[in-house]
Amino acid sequence: MASMFTRVLSGRNTAVIMAGLGAGTLVSSYIMMTESGVSAGEKKKLYPPSADYPDLRKHNNCLASALTPAVYGQLRDKLTPNNWSLDQCIQTGVDNPGHPFIKTVGMVAGDEESYEVFAEIFNPVIKDRHNGYDPTTMKHPTDLDSSKITSGMFDENYVLSSRVRTGRSIRGLSLPPACTRAERREVERVVVQGLSGLKDDLAGKYYSLTEMTEQEQQQLIDDHFLFDKPVSPLLTCAGMARDWPDARGIWHNNEKTFLIWINEEDHTRVISMEKGGNMKRVFERFCRGLKEVERLIQERGWEFMWNERLGYILTCPSNLGTGLRAGVHVRLPLLSKDSRFNKILDNLRLQKRGTGGVDTAAVGDTFDISNLDRLGKSEVELVQCVIDGVNYLIDCEKKLEKSQDISIPPPKRKMEVLYTQVNGC
Amino acid sequence: MPFGNTHNNFKLNYSVEDEFPDLTKHNNHMAKVLTKEMYAKLRDKQTPTGFTVDDVIQTGVDNPGHPFIMTVGCVAGDEESYEVFKDLLDPVISDRHGGYKATDKHKTDLNFENLKGGDDLDPNYVLSSRVRTGRSIKGYALPPHNSRGERRAVEKLSVEALNSLDGEFKGKYYPLKSMTDAEQEQLIADHFLFDKPVSPLLLGAGMARDWPDARGIWHNENKTFLVWVNEEDHLRVISMQKGGNMKEVFKRFCVGLQRIEEIFKKHNHGFMWNEHLGFILTCPSNLGTGLRGGVHVKLPKLSTHAKFEEILNRLRLQKRGTGGVDTASVGGVFDISNADRIGSSEVDQVQCVVDGVKLMVEMEKKLEKGESIDSMIPAQKAPPL
Repeated sequence: MASMFTRVLSGRNTAVIMAGLGAGTLVSSYIMMTESGVSAGEKKKLYPPSADYPDLRKHNNCLASALTPAVYGQLRDKLTPNNWSLDQCIQTGVDNPGHPFIKTVGMVAGDEESYEVFAEIFNPVIKDRHNGYDPTTMKHPTDLDSSKITSGMFDENYVLSSRVRTGRSIRGLSLPPACTRAERREVERVVVQGLSGLKDDLAGKYYSLTEMTEQEQQQLIDDHFLFDKPVSPLLTCAGMARDWPDARGIWHNNEKTFLIWINEEDHTRVISMEKGGNMKRVFERFCRGLKEVERLIQERGWEFMWNERLGYILTCPSNLGTGLRAGVHVRLPLLSKDSRFNKILDNLRLQKRGTGGVDTAAVGDTFDISNLDRLGKSEVELVQCVIDGVNYLIDCEKKLEKSQDISIPPPKRKMEVLYTQVNGC
Repeated sequence: MPFGNTHNNFKLNYSVEDEFPDLTKHNNHMAKVLTKEMYAKLRDKQTPTGFTVDDVIQTGVDNPGHPFIMTVGCVAGDEESYEVFKDLLDPVISDRHGGYKATDKHKTDLNFENLKGGDDLDPNYVLSSRVRTGRSIKGYALPPHNSRGERRAVEKLSVEALNSLDGEFKGKYYPLKSMTDAEQEQLIADHFLFDKPVSPLLLGAGMARDWPDARGIWHNENKTFLVWVNEEDHLRVISMQKGGNMKEVFKRFCVGLQRIEEIFKKHNHGFMWNEHLGFILTCPSNLGTGLRGGVHVKLPKLSTHAKFEEILNRLRLQKRGTGGVDTASVGGVFDISNADRIGSSEVDQVQCVVDGVKLMVEMEKKLEKGESIDSMIPAQKAPPL
């Protein structure tokens, strides 16, 4: 039928005629051969995937390592049910070639289905980023039972503060790279409504970025709670700063120990923290708060994005699984100068950052130490890993203070539970 | 592919209330024009290449603007954008271009012989002369919306057209992604090199995607004719030289453009143009001629005169610093160029610059001698149309 029309009608007036006949815009746009040349339907023939394949020769990110012309060819014309495309997933990786020393991920999901529809590229990227985790054969363990944690109280002569963060996405709504203004506002409504049901030590208040007073803003800055419009091109190229600051905000409890960011890099980022070394309490509050929020949104028919292969679904593949980063600010003046420091951290599956967060340098001798892994180990395992690891580091520091020697611990396995599940032992 | 809004039909599940952007703190042309009713009418439309109203306005939503400077706040994704979204773009164009109506016709005149004078601007005052414009190639989406394949096709066709030029136009293309260090240094020294856009106005419209793929600079051996490929528009064409011979600069501009256009037409990819909007470019501010003809001119005394701004307004000229838009003047040297883009022709606009600058240099000379310029203050030039 379309070809018959293209022969009969042509030119700009076609759309007007077709609209008048009751045909929708999709039909009229397909058959419209404009003076300008090609309609959307014709483009696929004129520009095969080879014409659009990005030039990744100078790139160093997980996307570039995995996106072959063959994979691009298979996936370019596919769309998720929300009409999200591969080109949109990979734009940030094309625009940000990376750094010789830091391998960024280079792609994002626009919705939950992206991980499925574009599995041929997401799976190798996930494998690359998460120590060989294979979503086609492995299952990710979720465990938010904080009672299993042991030795969760650090020596406060060394540990200044403790913190656990993760993210949660609301199923049925597109993720920050893709969401429309209406969807983003819906995320805000759903989450804020849920949070308003929290009680006791979790009771708190929401501060919308568009409506907060100057005073509120200053207080949030002083508390180090305020987040700002992203400036990193990794995020802006993925479209996450669109419509800023519409539907963005910060919620925190009255005690300032449980904090939620809404519509920043993910639908929600959930943070439990406090000064001092009581990581067990921080994690206990974290788990309790998350479960409470989940219950409250479920009451209204919503749920978090989760599946048994990938765990909790977040925008960036680096945050799949638990999406959890548990860490401390810890003083390690002697150990940090020891040549074995980095190797010790590696073997403990820990990473160091400056106290300003990712990509900052350490100030003085205080480091942010947290778990490296996100996927393939449960929340409980990762937090225990941090606890055991930081205790080991403090032990080393104390030994060095007494001029005793320290040793490098044996390397921890990168994935624990999964192998037993797969092998059945 | 545009960035972030291909799933337009899916958005229609949400009400206009829910989707309408919050423009209460915005100060740009788009925000002044876009109402909920207009948005409701336009939101289910798309151009044949799939550009939607949200794509048009995203840069304006993300950049609320400045209390003193009115930015445009919208872009076109293809030639049809100006038709499909005319309910929004016509009023924006009218606001930006001095009341240009939806029914007005724009005249194009690239016949350099119609320019009177322009070869005698005093080189003691006029340091350099320059004319620039943009061109879009029919059949390809514009920088906010094109795919890598389309952008590369524009580059290929443009380079083919440019490399076929001879005589004073014979030159060479320098692709951004494969130029040598030496070439890069030379282009910087010549002030030819353009860099990845940093302005959030451009980034918010998706124009820096895939940088530096299919971007490059072509210039002739004499370094008097320069073309930027795939920066803010498909092509930006610049003719320039030191001194005050604007006539020669404009002649080279017209001849060069016409030669290139012939080659594009042979490939059935002429320039985007229509009789209402003239030459079609990405930003509505560059419609019509897309022409900015200007000089760097020394006006230390006139620029401090109380009536300087008024003189410029009456002459329909604008001033900028010598670093270009949004820069300050250095040492009393100003960049003076035409303020209008649409409703008057290329010849009209360059004539305006030539006549206006000639007058201002005479005023400067008078002021140097301590004489008054009151009798020389010009009457208000009529706006285009």
